[in-house]
Amino acid sequence: MKTVFKKSVPGREGVWPEKPKSKIEDFIPADMLRESSGMPSLSELDVVRHFTKLSMKNFGVDSNFYPLGSCTMKYNPKFTEQVAALPGFARLHPVISQLKGAGRHCQGALEVVFETERMLSELCGMADFTMHPMAGAHGELTGVMLIAAYHRDKGNKKTKIICPDSAHGTNPASAAIAGYDVVSVESHDGIITPEALAEVLDDEVAAVMMTCPNTLGLFETHLPEIVKMIHEKDALLYYDGANMNAIMGKMRVGDAGFDVVHLNLHKTLATPHGGGGPGSGPVGVCEKLTPFLPISRVKKLEDGQYYLDYDAPKSIGYVAPFYGNFGVYLKAYAYMLRLGREGLTRATENAVLSANYMRKRLEDDYEIPYNRICMHEFVASAVKQAKNGVRALDVAKALLDKGHHAPTIYFPQIVKECMMFEPTETESKETLDQFLDDMIEIARLSDSDPDFIKNAPTTLSVSRLDETKAARDMVITDDIE
Amino acid sequence: MPYVPHSPEETREMLEVIGVNSVDDLFAEIPIELRPKSFNLPKGMSEMAVLEKMEKIAARNTTNLTSFLGAGFYDHFIPTAVDALISRSEFYTAYTPYQPEASQGTLQAIFEYQTAMARLLDLPYANASVYDGGTALYEATLMAVRKTKRRKIIVSEALNPIYRVMLDSYTTNLNLELITVPHNHGRTNIKSLTAIIDKDTAAVIVQNPNFFGSVNDFTDLFTTVHEHKAIAIMSTYPVLQSVLKTPGQMGADIAVAEGQSIGQPLSFGGPYLGVMTCSKALVRQMPGRMAGRTEDGEGKTGYVLTLQAREQHIRRQKATSNICSNQALCALRTLIHLCLLGEEGMRRTAGLSIERAHYAADRLTSIDGVELFTKGPFGNEFAVTLPVNAFEVIDKLTERGIIPGFPLGRYYEGLENGLLIACTEKTTEEQIGIFAEILRGTL
Ligand SMILES: Cc1ncc(COP(=O)(O)O)c(C=O)c1O
Repeated sequence: MKTVFKKSVPGREGVWPEKPKSKIEDFIPADMLRESSGMPSLSELDVVRHFTKLSMKNFGVDSNFYPLGSCTMKYNPKFTEQVAALPGFARLHPVISQLKGAGRHCQGALEVVFETERMLSELCGMADFTMHPMAGAHGELTGVMLIAAYHRDKGNKKTKIICPDSAHGTNPASAAIAGYDVVSVESHDGIITPEALAEVLDDEVAAVMMTCPNTLGLFETHLPEIVKMIHEKDALLYYDGANMNAIMGKMRVGDAGFDVVHLNLHKTLATPHGGGGPGSGPVGVCEKLTPFLPISRVKKLEDGQYYLDYDAPKSIGYVAPFYGNFGVYLKAYAYMLRLGREGLTRATENAVLSANYMRKRLEDDYEIPYNRICMHEFVASAVKQAKNGVRALDVAKALLDKGHHAPTIYFPQIVKECMMFEPTETESKETLDQFLDDMIEIARLSDSDPDFIKNAPTTLSVSRLDETKAARDMVITDDIE
Repeated sequence: MPYVPHSPEETREMLEVIGVNSVDDLFAEIPIELRPKSFNLPKGMSEMAVLEKMEKIAARNTTNLTSFLGAGFYDHFIPTAVDALISRSEFYTAYTPYQPEASQGTLQAIFEYQTAMARLLDLPYANASVYDGGTALYEATLMAVRKTKRRKIIVSEALNPIYRVMLDSYTTNLNLELITVPHNHGRTNIKSLTAIIDKDTAAVIVQNPNFFGSVNDFTDLFTTVHEHKAIAIMSTYPVLQSVLKTPGQMGADIAVAEGQSIGQPLSFGGPYLGVMTCSKALVRQMPGRMAGRTEDGEGKTGYVLTLQAREQHIRRQKATSNICSNQALCALRTLIHLCLLGEEGMRRTAGLSIERAHYAADRLTSIDGVELFTKGPFGNEFAVTLPVNAFEVIDKLTERGIIPGFPLGRYYEGLENGLLIACTEKTTEEQIGIFAEILRGTL
C-alpha cells in the first residue's frame, strides 16, 4: 500500500480552517520563513480510507487472542475511553493549576490524581505514589533516581545496582542511565537464591531490582530472606510491577518489604497499549522515600479541597512537565472503581488459573523448562521442534496464520528458544482451547512438515520480512532512498 | 465479576487439568508472612455508576473560560476524523509491533509519522516518539554527551522553564555541567551563548520560537557550535514549524518538539508525545523505536522495527536509552491530524494563530501601562508587562471568565508583572476585544 505522502494530490482540499487575512510575511521577515513543509494534500475521505485500510493490517485484542508474555494484553473495557474523553478532563489546560488560586479550576482533576494515588497505595501496600512517570521504564528511571536521592541524603556511597539475569532489559538500562554500574545475579532453577545474591551483594549496592513473579512467571520463594539480606546492607529493594496482574489481593509488595515499585497501568489496569503507548508507570514508595517524590504533589485539606504542593526540598524534582499521562491513568482509576477489591482479586486468580491450564495442556508437546505451578504467565521452549529446524520464531509465525497473536519470543534470554505465554483473565476457555489445539497441531506439523511451519505466515498482508535489509538500508522515511 | 468469563464449571475443569483442588492452591507458594496485611479497596461499582461518578468529578474542572494560556501547550482545533480513526481497535488495542507481519498497520503508520516529523523539522531521521517534549530534550542531551564524550551543556534561559527544571532533575546523578545563559529582555541571547562555547562543550540548547514567543534565526550560533565540534539542539513548536525557517536550514543536529499541539487534547498534561529528529551522523545514538522499510520473500514492501541494536531489550545496560513503551497512539493522532489539514491547512492554522496574536498585541498595548515585552518578530505567543502584578490580574480576570495568560514571575525573577499570552486559530477577535476591555477596566 502506497504511503499517505504518495497519495497526495496538490490542490485537493482537506479539513482547512478559514484563510488568514494577512500574509505571514507581514509579521515575520521572509528570511525567517520556509517554503513548503511537505505535508500531503488529501480529502477527508482519502485520509479516512487510508488509515482504515492500515488498521485492517493489524492484530489487536478486540479481534485476536494476544497472549504476549509480560505485556498483559487483557481486554480494555470501552467505558473507560468515554471517561477520558469527557470535556471536563480532555479540555483542561495543565498550567491552569499553576495560576494563583486556580486549584479551584481543577478540583476534579486533582481529585483523580489524589484518589488514584491512594488506591494504588492500598493495592500495593505502599506509603505513597506519584503518577508522573509516563511508562514502565520511565517509572524505573524515576525509582532509581529516588533511590539515588535517598542514599545521597544519608551520605551513603553506593555505586551499583543488581538485576537478575532474567530481568527485563529496561531494568539494567534504567539503572545505567541514572548513573549506576549494573551487576547481574544468576538465577538457579528459575529463581534467585540467597547464596547467589550473597556473592554479589556488598556495601556498594544501592538497590536490587526484582520482578516477582519473575519474567519466567515463577514466584521468588526466597523473598523473605532476600529482603532481609538487602536491608542489612542499607540497600533498597525495587519491584518491577509489570507482573502485578499475578498478585493483586494475594500479596502487597510494601508488606513484603519492597521499598520502591512501579506499575504498568497499560498492562495490569487495562488501559489500552495503543500499538506501543501511551502508557502510565506510577511509582510507589515506602515511608522513608516519600520526601524524595517528584514535584508537584497533590494534597488534600481538611475541608476536602485539593491543592498542589511544591514545597519539597528533598524532592528529585520534575520527571514530567505536569502530572504524567493523566488521560491514561484516568482510565485505570475508572477501571479500579469498576472492579473494586473483589474484582481485582478475581482478575488475578483467573489470570493465574488460565496460565496454569495452558502450561499443563502444552507439556506433552513442548518443553516446559520450569514445569511447576506458575503465576500469570509461563515460558515454554521450542527446543524439541528445533531438532527439525523449527524455531520459536517459526512457531510464532505459524500462530499468526491461525489468527492468534504470538507469545513473546526469545525473552527472557536465559531460556533457549523461549516462548512466553500470558493469557490474562479476560479470555474464555474456548479461546484458550482453540489456541492450545492450534499450538499442538503446530508441534505435530513441525515433525511431519517442518517447511510448512517455516514458511509461515502465508495468510497476512506480507510474508516474513527481511529485517537485515531494513537495518542495512536504514530507510526510515519516505525521503531516504 | 466483570470481564472474567470462566464459569464455575469451567473453573473446575481447568483445575482438574492442572491437578490442583482449588484456585487457592495456585497461590500456595506465596509465604504466609507475605500475604496482604490489609486490602481496603472499595467494593466494585456498575459501569453506569462509575460513569456517573466520573462525570461529576469532571464537572468540578473549569473548561468553559476563554483562555490565552500556552507556555508550550496549545489549544488548536482537532478534526473530528482524528478521534474516529484512532478509535479503530486494531490500532488502540495492539501492542508494540513485535510481530511485523501482524502489525503492518501500526508499522506503516510509524514510518509515515517519522516521514512527517523529518519533513516538518527538516532533518533526515526521526524516531517513533518519546514521552514528551521535555524527555525528548533530555534524551537529545544524552545523545550529544555520548557522541562528543564531553560534559558541558549550554542552555538558553529562554528555553521553556518547564523543560529546564526537567533537565536539572535528570542530570543530577550524571556529573554534567549545565550552564544557563540569561535571556535578554525575552530574546535568546545569541551573543552570550556564542561567547561561552568551547572545546568542552557537548551541546548548546535553544528554542524557536523561544518561551517568550520570540522568533529567531540560529544559523550563526550553530556555525560556532560546529566549529567547536559540539552538537546543536533545537526545541521547536511544530505547528509554527510549517511556516518558520527550519532547524535543518539553520544547521541543527538534533531537533525536538512537544507534539501536543498537533492532534492531542490538553488533557491536564498528557498523554502527549516527544518528537525527535536528527542528522545522519547521530542516528545510531537515537533512543527508542524506529520503523524501517524492507521487503518480504516475494519482494513485497513491508515495514519492521529496525536498528534495534541500540535498544534496551538487546543491549540492556549499554542501550542508548531505557525507553520501551512510547507514545505511539499519540504519534498516530499527530500524523492523522497533519494529513487531514495537509500543507495548506497547516499553513493557515499557523497563519491564523500568528495573525490573532498580533491583533491581541495591538489591542492590549493600546492600554495605558501595558507594554510589549517580546521584542522583534514573534509567532502566536508574546509577553507583555503590566503596571501591576500579573498573578493578581490573572486572578481578577479569571473571575470575569477569561484566563489572560501565564505569569512569567512563576519562573523568572523580576518579571512578576510579565504576562505570556498565546492565541490559536480558535481565538476570535471578539474574545480578544473583550479581554482588552476587561483588562483596561481592571488596571
Ligand atoms: C517486566 C517488564 N518490565 C518493564 C517493562 C517496561 O515497561 P514500559 O514498556 O511501559 O516502559 C516491561 C514492558 O515490556 C516489562 O515486561
